[in-house]
Amino acid sequence: MEDFLVFEGISKSFGSHKVLDNVSLTVKKGEIFSLLGPSGCGKTTLLRICAGLEEPDCGRVILNGEDITRLSPNMRQVNTVFQNYALFPNLNVFENIAFGLRISGVKEKVIKEEVFKYLELIQLTDHAYKRTDKLSGGQKQRVAIARALINKPNVLLLDEPLAALDLKLRQRMLVDLDNIHDEVGITFLYVTHDQSEAMSLSDNIAVLNEGLVEQVGTPAQIYEAPRTSFVAAFIGDTNFFEGDVVDVDEPYSTLHIDGFTDVTVYNDKKIRKGERVYISIRPEKFSVSIQKPELPEKYNIVKGTVKEIIYLGYHTKYWVKVNEYLIETKRLHDRYMLDEKIITWGDEVWLSWHADYCYMLEQYKLEDEALLTLPDEEIMAEIESESEQQE
Amino acid sequence: MPGIKNKRNEMLLTIPSAGWLILFFIIPTVLVVAMAFRNADPYGGIGNSWTLDTFRDLGNPDYPSIIWRTFWLSLVSTAVCIVTAIPAGYYISRLSRRYQNIILLLVIVPFWINFLIRIFAWKVFLHPEGLFKQLLVMLHLSSPESLLLYRTEAVLIVIIYSYLPFALLPIYAAAEKFDHHLLEAAYDLGASRLQAFMRVFIPGIRQGLLTAVIVVFIPALGSYIIPDIVGGPSAEMIGNKIAQRTFVDRNLPHASALSALLILAVLLPAAIGMTRRFFKEKNSASLGI
Repeated sequence: MEDFLVFEGISKSFGSHKVLDNVSLTVKKGEIFSLLGPSGCGKTTLLRICAGLEEPDCGRVILNGEDITRLSPNMRQVNTVFQNYALFPNLNVFENIAFGLRISGVKEKVIKEEVFKYLELIQLTDHAYKRTDKLSGGQKQRVAIARALINKPNVLLLDEPLAALDLKLRQRMLVDLDNIHDEVGITFLYVTHDQSEAMSLSDNIAVLNEGLVEQVGTPAQIYEAPRTSFVAAFIGDTNFFEGDVVDVDEPYSTLHIDGFTDVTVYNDKKIRKGERVYISIRPEKFSVSIQKPELPEKYNIVKGTVKEIIYLGYHTKYWVKVNEYLIETKRLHDRYMLDEKIITWGDEVWLSWHADYCYMLEQYKLEDEALLTLPDEEIMAEIESESEQQE
Repeated sequence: MPGIKNKRNEMLLTIPSAGWLILFFIIPTVLVVAMAFRNADPYGGIGNSWTLDTFRDLGNPDYPSIIWRTFWLSLVSTAVCIVTAIPAGYYISRLSRRYQNIILLLVIVPFWINFLIRIFAWKVFLHPEGLFKQLLVMLHLSSPESLLLYRTEAVLIVIIYSYLPFALLPIYAAAEKFDHHLLEAAYDLGASRLQAFMRVFIPGIRQGLLTAVIVVFIPALGSYIIPDIVGGPSAEMIGNKIAQRTFVDRNLPHASALSALLILAVLLPAAIGMTRRFFKEKNSASLGI
């Protein structure tokens, strides 16, 4: 597939605040490409630059081989679904959807046909002549999508389109959006701060943080092989470890992690003996058990104390203290009540995981630890006072 | 039944203002209209019998041109006020809160000076020996013999000056509430700046525009002081004629007939608009739209 929409070295500042810093991205034709990041990371600004509603300080936007950086928004073959819908309150559903066609002077008969075609796509044919303020949030959202799609844009820009909807509706709209995408086959550029939305919808995701692209990849790449500590902590939960390489081998090496233990890890990148490396291990990669499991080679195993338990139905989260580390683990249960013995607070448990389950980060920043999920303050205070006593 | 209680409370709250309007607006209006059907007595009072003579007197050959002038002056001044106030209101609404307040204050400050004095100031300003005229002569833009004052144009300028703030305030208020993201949505859908302005902004501030038209057009129709001070005999409006019939000719029924004409001119479009709206709503309700 060809490179369809390209951002080349885009920078943008508002006053002294640099919102985007030399961002380059490539979107392929027909895919759903997500810009994922916390609020203030610059994702919406990048989308507005693509729509022509903001002008970059430097860099180029290329759509279908044509440089559109300085093109005014009404001349671009892109349409936007705005976060607050921005439906025209003086026009009914039909006229809202027809707006773009009327502007381009399409014949009345064609407008009618087209609008009803899209009303059918969003399943709102019965509401054609309703005022937009009589619609529910989800219906407004669908009208906004139809109003943009009817112009057959090269790229549909979606700015947090589901942020204003409640959870159940959001899940339904995600499926609807996916279906609409399959039906119209238009390239989607999707801005969201919600990692689960991005994961479930996208072909590719760009993770943005403070105006920089942290990583671009498929949802699986981003989740399984996070390049930086930010990506690892922002998408899903994780545990960070800081270790020194004590033994290098192919393809597995040994790390000494101060205040933890020695672990066997897979060499995700080239490492040298004595080098400091940071690894990320997702909570669900640990298996938690009361009895010490019999393990084959290349498995790591440590013993710890359960400090906090959160039961979540299909799985339970345990925070286990192992020496100086507090480790978040997740355990799925298909038969919770029949599990060996129910694990409770203060229990001694074994954590085990295969060397492949660690992932070496290319870049680690201490501040990203703040993104990790921790037990509530009371329990954290308890754990801290305990470790002080031990010392 | 909270609905019914609310209705009753609403009615109770409406009584003071409704009573005020009935006593000091509706009853006097009816009286003025009724007076138009009375004959005038020779002493400047109102006669005892009913007559249609006063309306026949409206056939006065001077009247058509005065009525025509009154209407076009009001229409043109309303149009100029609205057309000027729309961009001004738009830009003020886009300023920061601080600058918005400063500009609104500047708009309101002249109201601290008595209306009559402000009109007199215009007279001084436009007077043949006044500042503006002298300046024009100095710059050879005007000959000393020509007159700025006592012309219809002077009346027009002063009406616009007087009523522009009344057009600006409701338009600004509507523009301030307008969601500017809607303009971005319009550009995004292919509208040019002008198209977005006409199709999205103007309908978006519709209510403010309607208010502005009403508060400019109706007082302009009834102008009396402005043409009296800066206009001359050639720039008379209906208001001047009503005053003349009342104070000079002492013919109250005739003055009432002229007033009735003015009231009709204002009420008729409003009545048409309201009935059309009523039927439109009824139609859309029956269609289930």
